[in-house]
Amino acid sequence: MAKRAAPEVNAGSMADIAFLLLIFFLVTTTIASDSGISRMLPPIKPPDEKPDIIKEKNIFQVIVNKQDQLLVENEVMELKDLKEATIKFIDNGGGTGEDACDYCTGEKNPASSDNPSKAIVSLQNDRETSYKMYISVQNELVAAYTELRNKTANKLYGKTFTEMEANANDVNYSGDKDKLKEQVDKIKKMYPQIISEAVAKKQN
Amino acid sequence: MSKFKKGGKKELPAISTASLPDIVFMLLFFFMVATVMRDDTLMIENKLPQADQLEKLEKKDRIIFIYAGKPNNNYRGQFGTEARIQLNDKFADVKDIKQYILAERAKKREELIPFLTTALKVDVDTKMGLLGDIKQELREVDALKINYTTRKGEVQGNFNN
Repeated sequence: MAKRAAPEVNAGSMADIAFLLLIFFLVTTTIASDSGISRMLPPIKPPDEKPDIIKEKNIFQVIVNKQDQLLVENEVMELKDLKEATIKFIDNGGGTGEDACDYCTGEKNPASSDNPSKAIVSLQNDRETSYKMYISVQNELVAAYTELRNKTANKLYGKTFTEMEANANDVNYSGDKDKLKEQVDKIKKMYPQIISEAVAKKQN
Repeated sequence: MSKFKKGGKKELPAISTASLPDIVFMLLFFFMVATVMRDDTLMIENKLPQADQLEKLEKKDRIIFIYAGKPNNNYRGQFGTEARIQLNDKFADVKDIKQYILAERAKKREELIPFLTTALKVDVDTKMGLLGDIKQELREVDALKINYTTRKGEVQGNFNN
């Protein structure tokens, strides 16, 4: 008897099934992954602990009031100028002796911060400040640190800090990762991000 | 000689759709891979602010979400227009946060606990008072790693509306 060919399965409805699934995934999909500004909150200190004594000149005071206006070191400022002012403060390097900063490129003004590792940015906001203003200010402060780190990294290693950090986190990076991580840590140590946030002031 | 020619007009051959399933499947696989299921139904307005100093939040299993903002149109009648916190699928009070964080933390694998990040998805028009309260609660349960979730963009864009 002649061999009979197996009957062909009708695949005409396959497209319909696939379309159904496709539409389901199209609807439920959110492709964008989350990203944002990362921060560490300060741990709660026991009440009997004495606060550290910090020199006035090492504090960079940024206050945002309830009308979303900026007061930086007792002067009204526009948001766009904040980054420049922050950089100037952090990179001042006015310290002498133990506090001296040999890599700072600032003005070495003795009335401003001693050393990037001593410089503290203090951010205060009102309870009525809007979230968008707060995030914008945070963003500018982080941008100031990033710019300083990039500049230093460029000078020392010929790459920007952002690039180095991305490479250090990249699984496929081909170079010497340990060395790179060491360099990243070194730059982080040169310009540590010290942003202190007081608890929002109560409205009077 | 009509043995081979039938009819007067010659019909156009039908376009083969045999490769259509393949194309659709290709699209399907793309979306299946790229998809992140939306696991919370938002009951609030949640327009995120813009910033350009971003860090990516990878590893979804290490993130706890807290939403805040004004109730959206469907819930305005019931809950008013004051900004509120949303945890999972419910509106919550500031005092519920601690319990929520502890409950979420208990659900995670133990070795992940030191890496847990709390992502704050807060609407642009929220006042900082609410956020300050949230942060205080987080400090009290020792959930210190936080991330203000933002969209990518210039900060000036926050003020253009």
